[in-house]
Amino acid sequence: MTTDEAKAQLDERVREIINWHFSEETGTPFWLDWMKDAGWDPREEVKGIDDIVKFDHFEDAWLRDEKNERFVPNAYKNRPFNVFETGGTTGLPKQRVGWDDYKHDYEQFSDQLSDEYFPKGGNWIMVGPTGPRRLRLAVEHLANHRGGSCYHVDLDPRWVKRLIGRKELDQVERYQAHVMAQAVEIIKHRDISCIFTTPRLLASIGERISIASHGIRGCFCGGTSMTPEYVRFLQEEVLENKALFVPTYGNTLMGLAVSLPEELPENDYSVTYYAPQPRAVLRIVDADDTAKTMDYGEYGRVELTTLTKEFFMPRFLERDEAIRRHPHDKYPWDGVGDVRPFGALTKKVIEGVY
Amino acid sequence: MSAPHIPVLRQGKVHKSLDVQTIEKLGTDEPAAEISFACADMIKYDIARMGEAREKLRKMKSEDLIEITKKAGEIFLNDDLPIGVDGAMQSPEDYVLSLAATSGLPHALIRMNMQRLGGIFGQIEDIFQGLTRGLDIAVLDKGYGEQGGAPVSFSPTTNQLAVILPSNSPAVNALWIPSIAMKIPVLLKPGREEPWTPWRIIQAFIKAGCPAEAFSLYPTQHDGSGAIIRRAGRVMLFGDDSTVKQYENDPRIEVHGTGYSKFVIGEDEIENWKDYVDSMVESVSANSGRSCICTSTFVVPKYGDEIAEAIAERVAQIKPLAQDDPDAKLSGFANPKFAEWINEAVEDGLKSDGCRDVTANYREGERFHERDGMNYLQPTIIRCDSFDEPLALREFLFPFASVVECPQDEVLEKTGYSLVMTAVTKDIEWINQLFDCPHIERLNIGNIPTNRISWNQPHEGNLFEFLYTRRSFAIADSA
Repeated sequence: MTTDEAKAQLDERVREIINWHFSEETGTPFWLDWMKDAGWDPREEVKGIDDIVKFDHFEDAWLRDEKNERFVPNAYKNRPFNVFETGGTTGLPKQRVGWDDYKHDYEQFSDQLSDEYFPKGGNWIMVGPTGPRRLRLAVEHLANHRGGSCYHVDLDPRWVKRLIGRKELDQVERYQAHVMAQAVEIIKHRDISCIFTTPRLLASIGERISIASHGIRGCFCGGTSMTPEYVRFLQEEVLENKALFVPTYGNTLMGLAVSLPEELPENDYSVTYYAPQPRAVLRIVDADDTAKTMDYGEYGRVELTTLTKEFFMPRFLERDEAIRRHPHDKYPWDGVGDVRPFGALTKKVIEGVY
Repeated sequence: MSAPHIPVLRQGKVHKSLDVQTIEKLGTDEPAAEISFACADMIKYDIARMGEAREKLRKMKSEDLIEITKKAGEIFLNDDLPIGVDGAMQSPEDYVLSLAATSGLPHALIRMNMQRLGGIFGQIEDIFQGLTRGLDIAVLDKGYGEQGGAPVSFSPTTNQLAVILPSNSPAVNALWIPSIAMKIPVLLKPGREEPWTPWRIIQAFIKAGCPAEAFSLYPTQHDGSGAIIRRAGRVMLFGDDSTVKQYENDPRIEVHGTGYSKFVIGEDEIENWKDYVDSMVESVSANSGRSCICTSTFVVPKYGDEIAEAIAERVAQIKPLAQDDPDAKLSGFANPKFAEWINEAVEDGLKSDGCRDVTANYREGERFHERDGMNYLQPTIIRCDSFDEPLALREFLFPFASVVECPQDEVLEKTGYSLVMTAVTKDIEWINQLFDCPHIERLNIGNIPTNRISWNQPHEGNLFEFLYTRRSFAIADSA
């Protein structure tokens, strides 16, 4: 696929999803009401991704304050839904309803995984936030989709963030050790070949055991930002260059942006992520003028647009910033590189130690 | 010399990080060095493996390590040593220029600090003897022996001494140098503007024959420092009163905090106060007033105004000069904001009617002074009416002190903690009270400037007792 073909595919997707969510028959109550208040019909005015800036930014407060039923498309009216949460360290978390999106996202992701390092039929372990998160079901579905089963060890990031906020770092270490002890026991005593975890938990497991020597071949990682130095450390030292490190960038609202793990060494371990287009689009915008896309090679704030029949979310400003990177032959659309918390250079951000 | 790349050292192995930051020469955009930064988790991994480094030193003879330390001192002072990762060499003069460029220290002060550090290497035997009260160093080789006719055995409390170094004073590296002769590897986190001194000391040790594995150097961010503090077996760090408070119950951590060092004159000697002005001036202004052993409060039973005027007249002659001026004794601030904040704090204190800046009548210009792109604070002596005044017991990073009148019998009650106290008196009863006071760490009796200390006695803790613990033991005849 060329970049032009990818753009055409995305424009077609935008029209399809706008039509779906803003039509009375299939549409979403929230967006139908929004259209009445806005006084314009996106079906008439949004003909492609370039027109998406006609929407203001999606406000995350809507996912807290609106009833979840208002985000159920009329087409899915009688289907019970999953509720997935994000945030929520204090107060009510953001919630997203869903049905099959996570399966589609992770099946699409599965196609990108190397069978050598993530063998079909191999069992998985997920060490990280489970509970009300989409990730919990998604990783298990990924394992099942690839013919394996999934073990889980839970970590509550909300509690960790509270501890860090209170500077109770000893407690953080003790809680992490508690989680690690569970993970290490499972890895030692079960046949596991793939792991999903966060970078810091991966390093923490690696402090206790040789991950590769216990049969793990592939590590799919997501969570906090990672500097190139940290990525190299995880690949070369924690995984001893014997297992493959696959960084991803994602959340409950987007799905999963993938990277090119095989190209990391030649790129000095600078990670570039590509959104799961056309299901979601990432754009690097000028933080002071968010209608403007940054030039390639420049840092800007990450803006997410999600385009599925289950969930339409235009122009959501993530809490991250990243470098706008050129399209890749494998993913012929813009990438986002060296993601870090928005304002990381000017303010202290709690990312958690999980 | 082009800007060198200072790498991470992992048990002596060079690690060039992908996370690189450039430090500029003060007042310019010209790079002084590129610094490799280590990530926190890497440091945690390495700390877990420090036993290997300790084993290298454990197998060496203590007397050999003593000789290596002495030789390293000569090398540190005189030799060209590797700098960075590209095979470049650094002469002693290059070291002076590099450190001056990033720290703001005048060349003359750096040379003085170099000599002080050289002295530490050279006095290693005396230091060991002093800190162990005469222990035969071979006991560390065998694990046990005799001292004063009693059986003794010592075991290490840690596989590494970690030191979170500041940027403002190269002489603090003196604190860790004896650790090598004590067979304990070091893990150093340099200050952002001062990688030069720990790097050069390490290179000197290695050239002198010490195993490179004994040295780990981790330029790192806050999370890396946090990992060191939480994971290392023994940690020295520098901080203010809140840092001291935070770690006061953690035996792994020794915080070198504010000194609150004092120079007091007894009632029996106050009529001779003019004889002590030289000592008082040195006490407040040595090393640009940056050391915790510099006097921050002068306490006298009377003549407070006259003494303040006499000290002020002398210290006001210490002016910001070009860094390479051989007479330069005042250091600029590597972080220019610090000078502004400190000046604001002094000015806030002076809003009280009971505080008066005596130096204002003697110095040229304002206290805050800009020169050659750097910020300076000119020496300041404050006359305070009582210890209740806000500036009476403050310590700042420049030549600053208060002068307070106080009856001799109230001195101990009013002055609180002192890292160093010089008491000019011959009053035996008062001297006994001073020796009995638990809030004075180092006590000088007589006309001795507070900044003169001896390393064969404890300084903010006894390094040997920090790194070793005595155990009881017995060995059966048949063993």
